[in-house]
Amino acid sequence: MLHIVNKSPLERNSLAACLRIAGSGTILLIEDAVYGAIRGTTVEAAVKEALVRFRIVALQPDLDARAVADRVIEGVGTVDYAGFVDLVAEHRNCQSWL
Amino acid sequence: MTEGTAKKFMFVNRTAPYGTAYALESLEVVLISAAFDQDVSLVFIDDGVFQLKKGQQTKGIETKNFSPTYRALEGYDVEKLYVDQESLVARGLTEADLIVDVTVLPSRELGALMDEQDVVLSF
Amino acid sequence: MKFGILVNEGPYQHQASDSAYLFCKAALAKGHEIHRVFFYHDGVNNSTRLTEPPQDDRNIVSRWTKLAEAHGVDLVVCVAAALRRGIREENLAPGFRISGLGQLVESGIEADRLVVFGD
Repeated sequence: MLHIVNKSPLERNSLAACLRIAGSGTILLIEDAVYGAIRGTTVEAAVKEALVRFRIVALQPDLDARAVADRVIEGVGTVDYAGFVDLVAEHRNCQSWL
Repeated sequence: MTEGTAKKFMFVNRTAPYGTAYALESLEVVLISAAFDQDVSLVFIDDGVFQLKKGQQTKGIETKNFSPTYRALEGYDVEKLYVDQESLVARGLTEADLIVDVTVLPSRELGALMDEQDVVLSF
Repeated sequence: MKFGILVNEGPYQHQASDSAYLFCKAALAKGHEIHRVFFYHDGVNNSTRLTEPPQDDRNIVSRWTKLAEAHGVDLVVCVAAALRRGIREENLAPGFRISGLGQLVESGIEADRLVVFGD
């Protein structure tokens, strides 16, 4: 399953809820959730730990817009909007953790 | 539509009632989806569990109390209501606090159920 | 592949409508079909022709209209959510139509994937 998260994990609990409830799959971080993809934050450890269970990907245009593309956690991938479309197509279903 | 061709629709409720309109408008889609003979389930996670709290009195905020609608869902053949155990515990609630009968599941079992769906709607 | 899209937030306040639009554009560019875009909650505010952004900003409403014109994308605005928020036929931008919530459920049934964009 594809899990789409769009909230900063530093402010809201949607990524935490996703990690608690989902067992595996792919997590796509878009909009403010891309702050969860970067090094040096208080959620970095949780995200790194989640990489064992999940493939984690951040949306490049959202990273670029927020000037954090240069500090993406190792192991977290990036996609553009075309890649976003591919991810939705590749997975049987998707859930947006709003 | 027969049972075999129905899609599995899951409505994910993660917001408290009244502070925003998401809970109410989510319920409106649930009622409509019942008319389409789909396999519908509702899950309540995080503050979404507050939607089911017994005894809501909304007169003072001049807003319609829509919580009785959860009890009417059975009449629409919407009978699969699941609540995240951890969310319930984290809010000091037990099943006895809820307005309807639900199935309380550990988080990961809820996640497994979500994996099985065709369409997952969240608001 | 056929995609259904749900937009739950209004324009300019939240990125949801922008993200949904860019997703649709990318999907169409890859040869996919957008079965329908359904606007619900404050998302109905994406459909008013009265929107007038400053010249140096994107026009979110007309961007949707152009997508409908160029690719025949069905833009559906929820009637109940629209009436509550003062959106009616007379102020509806071209390319949008007002209809019931059944259109959202139908999109979930007919599309291969339904993607939700919201707050």
